[in-house]
Amino acid sequence: MNVIVFIKQVPGTTNVRMDPATGAMLRDPSDTVLNPLDEHAITEAAKIKDGQPGTVVTALTMGPPSAVKALQEACARGADQGVLLSHKAFAGSDTIATSRALAAAVRKLGPVDLILAGEKSIDGETGQVGPMTAAMLELPAVTFVRRLNLEGGRIRVQRLVEDGVEELAVTLPALVTVVRDINNPPLPSLRRYVMAKKMTFPVWGPEELGLKETDTGLKASPTRVVKVFSPKFARSTAIFRADGEAGLDASVQAVIDLLRTKEILKKGGA
Amino acid sequence: MEQNSNGIMVLAEVRGGAIHPVTREMVAWGRKLAGQFSRPVTCVIIGIDPDDPEDLIRYGADRVLSVNPGFTGNSPATPTAGLFVDVIREERPAIVIAPATTSGRTLMPIAAARLNTGLTADCTDLAIDPKDGLLLQTRPAIGGNVMATIKTPNTLPQMATVRPRSIRPLQPDSARRGQVLVKTYEMPDSWPEQLLSFIRDERKEINLEEAEIVVTGGKGMKTKENFALLEDLAAALGAGLGATRAAVEAGWAPFTRQVGLTGKTVAPKVYIAAGVSGKIQHLAGMITSETIIAVNEDPEAQMVKVADLAVIGDAPAVVEKLTKALIHLKNKRKGGA
Ligand SMILES: Cc1cc2nc3c(=O)[nH]c(=O)nc-3n(C[C@H](O)[C@H](O)[C@H](O)COP(=O)(O)OP(=O)(O)OC[C@H]3O[C@@H](n4cnc5c(N)ncnc54)[C@H](O)[C@@H]3O)c2cc1C
Ligand SMILES: Nc1ncnc2c1ncn2[C@@H]1O[C@H](COP(=O)(O)O)[C@@H](O)[C@H]1O
Repeated sequence: MNVIVFIKQVPGTTNVRMDPATGAMLRDPSDTVLNPLDEHAITEAAKIKDGQPGTVVTALTMGPPSAVKALQEACARGADQGVLLSHKAFAGSDTIATSRALAAAVRKLGPVDLILAGEKSIDGETGQVGPMTAAMLELPAVTFVRRLNLEGGRIRVQRLVEDGVEELAVTLPALVTVVRDINNPPLPSLRRYVMAKKMTFPVWGPEELGLKETDTGLKASPTRVVKVFSPKFARSTAIFRADGEAGLDASVQAVIDLLRTKEILKKGGA
Repeated sequence: MEQNSNGIMVLAEVRGGAIHPVTREMVAWGRKLAGQFSRPVTCVIIGIDPDDPEDLIRYGADRVLSVNPGFTGNSPATPTAGLFVDVIREERPAIVIAPATTSGRTLMPIAAARLNTGLTADCTDLAIDPKDGLLLQTRPAIGGNVMATIKTPNTLPQMATVRPRSIRPLQPDSARRGQVLVKTYEMPDSWPEQLLSFIRDERKEINLEEAEIVVTGGKGMKTKENFALLEDLAAALGAGLGATRAAVEAGWAPFTRQVGLTGKTVAPKVYIAAGVSGKIQHLAGMITSETIIAVNEDPEAQMVKVADLAVIGDAPAVVEKLTKALIHLKNKRKGGA
């Protein structure tokens, strides 16, 4: 089987600070991680490979040259090989332009049986890249998957939806986006990390993908960010101190009064 | 696509064979965007025969378009998205919005890719730019650290998924009149995806994302036993119960309760945060709540700063007292009536 996993390098959010003057994000460029949900996608691919010897797992990412780090991480976690889509013409891609590049890369990689992606990334947070790429490749997009089992040329999946779990059988090839429930990614062994650190990856640009430079990046992105602003988080706060019995009672009463104003509790006496 | 149509299309949320109430919120957004212009708001329902399509007209739609796929059984994403794309191509709306639910967040990207147009995810605010009439789509970005406003200037339709509870439904108006239309297609019956079963989540727990009120506990609840006090408070209020990542990691609550960047996003009428510091990753999942109540011993905590009402004190003690007071009120009401 040929399995492709879409992975994305995202900022490690532990140290996000805001510039108090400009409201701009201050991020440490060396502080990046593999998108957490993509770890689950890779782990699932590795599981499939365990049950289906001969499976080849390819990690695919579009990003800056430093995204090789994410590919190495993916290989430490079970991918056999990786491909990096990186070129200045890709800069400024929105989800449509990203999906177009990923779809072109999938076609170039040859017949694929299964594509795995995260349900969403922690920086883009759109969850759009998976289903968009599937639509471009004319594959079914099976989203929010929490269980995946291979059954011959089909997969049987459970989708986590608002009020329950949907079970589907899907004929391959298909694209699946995974939620955190699907597995617990184990920590890779040191040996695998050392091995992955030595791996190198082909780097493809628009030319290798058969795309015109105008098919990629900002020029090919239908959406434009027209404004970025700091949300006004602070509200004017009514403060009550729950000191001593009297303070505690007054505080509780203030909460109840507010719940009444908001019609969570019935107005009036009771 | 030609730029000659100006309608607003709203995708109905179909769940369990019925129209889900979040659809009324989407219709309210449609009306708001239609504004003073005579832009028709069309609500599209795919795959079910609605009991009361007029309901959506009372809530603000001008047209209700019910799309009959022509096959029986449940429609997986591929044929549903296919019908949706056909309807958009025929109707040529300027704007298409859908709720940011599992269904909307699956169908909309498929449709946008096939129509080769832009899609903005999970918007919390929509408006029309008075200068050019284009849709302004605002959403939290980078874990809620910033808000970004996005436009789709050169392609149609302009598409957005919108976070549930980002607007209130309009007051229903029984005098409102509109059109109810039915379109029937002859879709084939076999698709790569086949729905085998649906297991409804029968737990009596209130769905966090839909709750009117959410009670969330953090590390400041101190112990697992104290955290359990929140279950009583939630029960007394009919509230959904949430947790911070720190509380989940401490084993006080399952991950399904986590609110925040890597958990669920909620926007209830009232959010009560007990012993929660208000780190940015947590705020990302709840900051759009209408009213925020914080209980924290530290008056400098970020959660206190973003709250409308803050109680400075010991969270377990305040939670226990509040629960008692609520139960007392309830009993009085029962006894008195
Ligand atoms: C990539 C990433 C993703 C994350 N995603 C999430 C997420 O989805 N959701 C999430 O919640 N977090 C998330 N986090 C973690 C987040 O940064 C915080 O660590 C977490 O929200 C803190 O939880 P807390 O407020 O319960 O604990 P703490 O930060 O330890 O705060 C405890 C609070 O309780 C108060 N307190 C202590 N004792 C008492 C008392 N007796 N009475 C009253 N108040 C008291 C303290 O003053 C303090 O304000 C994420 C972090 C990262 C790096
Ligand atoms: N630049 C990218 N390269 C490869 N995969 C990506 C990229 N962006 C997004 N993805 C995939 O799409 C998923 C959803 O991302 P997003 O649409 O940004 O929320 C991620 O979990 C990845 O699997």
